[in-house]
Amino acid sequence: MNNLSLIIILLVLLAVAYQLGMQRSRKLAGGQNSASLHSRPHHYGMMVGLWAVLPPFFIMLLWSWLSPAVIQQLVLASLPTEVLNSGEQAQVLMRRISNLATNFAVLSEAADWEINAANYLGALQQKSGLLLLALMFIVGALGLLVSYQKIRPSLRARHQVEKALMATLLICSTIAILTTIGIVLSMVGETLKFFSFIKPTDFFFGTTWNPRFSTAGVADGSLTGSQGSFGLLPLLSGTMLVAGIALLVAIPLGLMVAIYMAEYAPKKVRDTVKPIIEVLAGIPTIVYGFFALVVVGPYLADLGQMLGLTIRATSALTAGVVMGIMIIPFISSLSDDIITQVPKALRDGSLGLGATKSETIRKVVLPAALPGIVGAVLLAASRAIGETMIVVLAAGNSPSLTANPFEAVSTVTVTIVNQLTGDNDFASPQSLVAFALGLTLFVITLLLNIVALVIVRKYREQYE
Amino acid sequence: MKTVQTSASSTYSASPVQQQVVRSLKKRHRQEKLFRFAGMTAVGISLLLVALLFINIFSKGLPAFWQHGIELEIHFDPAVVKISEQPVLQAGESPQAFEQRHLAWRSEVGMVNFNRLIQDALLKVIPDGAQHRRDLARIVTSGERFALRDRVIANPAIIGQTQKLFLLTDANIDVWLKGNIDRSLPDEKQQLSPKMREWVESLKAEGVIQNRFSWALFMNPDSRSSLASAGLAGAFMGSLYMMLIVILLAVPMGVAAAIYLEEFAPKNKFTDLVEVNINNLAAVPSIVFGLLGASIFIGWFNLPMSAPFVGGLVLSLMTLPTVIIATRSTLKAIPPSIRQAALGLGASKTQAVFHHVLPLAIPGILTGAIIGVAQALGESAPLLLIGMKSFVASVPSSAMEQSTALPVQIYLWQGNELRNFFEARTSAAIIVLLGLMLTLNGLAIWLRRRFEVRW
Repeated sequence: MNNLSLIIILLVLLAVAYQLGMQRSRKLAGGQNSASLHSRPHHYGMMVGLWAVLPPFFIMLLWSWLSPAVIQQLVLASLPTEVLNSGEQAQVLMRRISNLATNFAVLSEAADWEINAANYLGALQQKSGLLLLALMFIVGALGLLVSYQKIRPSLRARHQVEKALMATLLICSTIAILTTIGIVLSMVGETLKFFSFIKPTDFFFGTTWNPRFSTAGVADGSLTGSQGSFGLLPLLSGTMLVAGIALLVAIPLGLMVAIYMAEYAPKKVRDTVKPIIEVLAGIPTIVYGFFALVVVGPYLADLGQMLGLTIRATSALTAGVVMGIMIIPFISSLSDDIITQVPKALRDGSLGLGATKSETIRKVVLPAALPGIVGAVLLAASRAIGETMIVVLAAGNSPSLTANPFEAVSTVTVTIVNQLTGDNDFASPQSLVAFALGLTLFVITLLLNIVALVIVRKYREQYE
Repeated sequence: MKTVQTSASSTYSASPVQQQVVRSLKKRHRQEKLFRFAGMTAVGISLLLVALLFINIFSKGLPAFWQHGIELEIHFDPAVVKISEQPVLQAGESPQAFEQRHLAWRSEVGMVNFNRLIQDALLKVIPDGAQHRRDLARIVTSGERFALRDRVIANPAIIGQTQKLFLLTDANIDVWLKGNIDRSLPDEKQQLSPKMREWVESLKAEGVIQNRFSWALFMNPDSRSSLASAGLAGAFMGSLYMMLIVILLAVPMGVAAAIYLEEFAPKNKFTDLVEVNINNLAAVPSIVFGLLGASIFIGWFNLPMSAPFVGGLVLSLMTLPTVIIATRSTLKAIPPSIRQAALGLGASKTQAVFHHVLPLAIPGILTGAIIGVAQALGESAPLLLIGMKSFVASVPSSAMEQSTALPVQIYLWQGNELRNFFEARTSAAIIVLLGLMLTLNGLAIWLRRRFEVRW
C-alpha cells in the first residue's frame, strides 16, 4: 500500500463526505429552501469532508516521516550482537537488508542472519502499512461521523471552512521564507564545515586557486587529502572581469535603446521592436553559451589575429560580450519604464526654454531618471555575477588572477559547478568549498539587489 | 529659421547672447541628429544580434533534422537468427514464471549476431565489400542492430522473410555527405577510409543512401556508442516530468501565497518579511537553488541523484517567486469596486475573493504561470549540481529514475568529441528547446490578448 494509493483513497473519501454533508444540511433545511441555514450547503459538505480527510492525512504524513526510523531501530535491535559489534555502519547494513527484502540483487552470498533480518523487515513493513491503513480508517470515519452528527442549521460551517482555507494560504506564503531559511542554513552549515578544514582568511584573501582532488596524495600517504589552496580572489576577479565587460557592452546599448524607445520611436516601431529585444531575455543561457563557444569566440579570435592581438577563443572577453547581449533587455526595459515615468512637466519646461530634444534628454530627463537607471544597472550586474552557463562554456575555466580580458578566466559560478560535479567526496573540502562560494555569491547578489531596490523605490516615491 | 535670422539682424541689432545662440544652432541641431542616430544604431545593433543568434542556430541546426541512412533488403536468415519459440503463457503458470521465461527468451534473441544480417544485406549493394570487412562493418551505425532485435522480438514471424528497411548510417558518413568535414584533408586525417568514401559516394548517387527526416532525433534516448542514433527522447521526458512537478507545486502554491499576501494579509512585520523575501528570492542566482537542492534534498532527505523529481522540486522553488509576483500584480490590477460590490451584497471576504476576484484574474495568473514554467524549462545550472548531467541511455519511465533534461542534454552534446556531427545536432536540440519555449510564450501572449479585461 503506497502513499499514492492512500491519497487516492483519501480523495474518494473527501468526495463521499462532501456529498453526505451537503445532503444532510439540505434535509435539515427542509429541502428546497436553504435560507434557514447559517452557511451554504456546500460549506457543510466541505466541512464534513475536511474533518474526514485532514486528520488521516496528517497521520499519514507523520507516519511516513517517523516509521522508517522506528522500523530500522527494530531491525537493528533484532540483529545478532556479533554483527552489531563488527563495526560496520548501520546504514550500510540496512541498505543490504532492504535490498534483500525487495528481492534486489546483492553482491556476494547473503548470510543467514541477513535473510532473517530481511524477512523481519518485510514483515514489519507490511504490519506498519496495515496499521497505518487501520488507523487512518478509524480516524477518518470518526471525523466523518462526528462532524456529520454536528450539522445543525445554526452551525457556522463557513467559518470553519474559511479558517482551514486561510491556514492553507498562510502556509503557502511561508514557503518563500522557508526557502530562504533553507538556503542560508544549508549553505552556512556546509561553509562552517569547510572552514574547519581551511582558515577563512586563506579562503577570502588567498590569491591562488588550486583545490586539487580530494583523493590527491591520500593513497601514498604523502598528503592528508585536504591539501590544495582555496583562494577566492582569482575567482572573484574573474567574475568581476566578465561582469564588467558584460556591463560595458550592455549599458550603452541598453540605455540608448531605452532612450530611443521612450522618447523618439513612433508607437508602431515601439510595439514591434520592444518584444523582439525582450526575446533576448527569454532565451536559455545554455543557448548563449553555445553561441559564444561556436560563433563569438572563434570570431573574436580571428579578429584578434587580424589586429595582431592574441585573443583566446574562450576568454573573459567572449563570455563578457555574450553575457552583455543577454542583459541588454534587462537594462533597456527597466530604464525604459523609468524614463517614461519622468513627469512630462520637466520635459515641457526644458523644451519651452528652447532646448533641443536631445539636450532635454541629456540634461533634464536622464539626471532625473539617474537613480532608477543606476538601480537597473545594479540588478543587471547581479544577474551577470550569478550567471553560470555562459561562463562555464565560454570563459575558458582557468582560475588565474589576471586583468587581461583576452585571457581565459574562471568565475565563482564555474567553480561551484566544477567542484560539485567532479568525482569529489561530498564531505571533502574540495566539495564543501562550493557552498562557501555559493554563500559568497548569495551575499554579493543580495546586497546588490537590496541596494538596487532601495534606490528604485526612493526614486519612484520622488515622482508619485 | 532664416526669416528670424534676417529680421533679427536687420530690425534690431542682435545682442551678443542672441548672436551666440544663432551661431550655435547649427552645432546643436547636428548634435540632435547624432544623438538620434546613436539611438537608432543601438536599436539596430540589438535587433541585428537577435537576428544573428537565430540565423546562426537555425542555419546550423536545421540540416541536422535530416540524416543519412541506407535502404537495405534485410533477410532475417533462419541460419543466423537461430532462436527457440517465443514463450506463450501456459495455463496454470504464474505471471512471474512466465515473465522469467520471456526474459530468458529475450536475452537469447539479444545474443543473435544481427550485425551479420546487416553485413549480408550490405554485400548485396556493395559487390567488393567482402574484401574490406572492417570498412563494411562501419557503414551502418552500431545501434541499428538493436532495432533489428526489437523487430524480431515484436514479431518473430519475420524470421525467414526479407524486409526493406531504412537504417541510419554511421555519424561520420553523415558528416562526409553533408560536407561538414573538409574533403581535401589528407587520408590520415579523414574519419572514413578511402574505400568507404568511394562506396558512400556511389551509394548516394544510386539513391541507396538517402537523406531522410530523422525520427531518431526525437524517438531515441542519448547514446555514446552509436552516435548517429543519439536522440532527445530521454531528455524530453525528463524535462516533461520536471515541468509537471513545477505545474503541480509552484503554480498552486504561488497563486495561494499571492492571494494571501494581496487580499488577506494584515499589514504587520511578518507580511513585510515575506514580501522582502519574495523579492530577494526572485533575484537569487539560479545556481544557488542548485546548491540548496544538493545539500537539502539529496544530502538530508536522501532523495536520489539525477532524478527529475528532485530537479522538479528545485525548479519549483526557483519559479515560485515569479508566479507569486505575476499573480500579485494581476490581483492588484482588479478594481476594488468588484470586491466592494460582492461584500455589499453580503458575501464573506473569502467568497468575494474566490467567487469574484479570482475568476477575473485567471488569464493573468495563467500568463504568469506559463512564463514561469518556460523559465524553468530553459534552466540548466541548478540541474547540473543535483547530478542531472550524468549520461543516461534510457527513457525514464518515472520521475524517480535517472534522467537528464533538454538544456542539460544541449550542454552534454556540445561537449562531444565528434564536433562535426554534434555541432549541428546540438543546434537542432536548441531549436527544439526554443520551439517549446516560444510555443509556451506564444500561448501566454495569446491568453493575455484573448482574455485580458481592461478596466
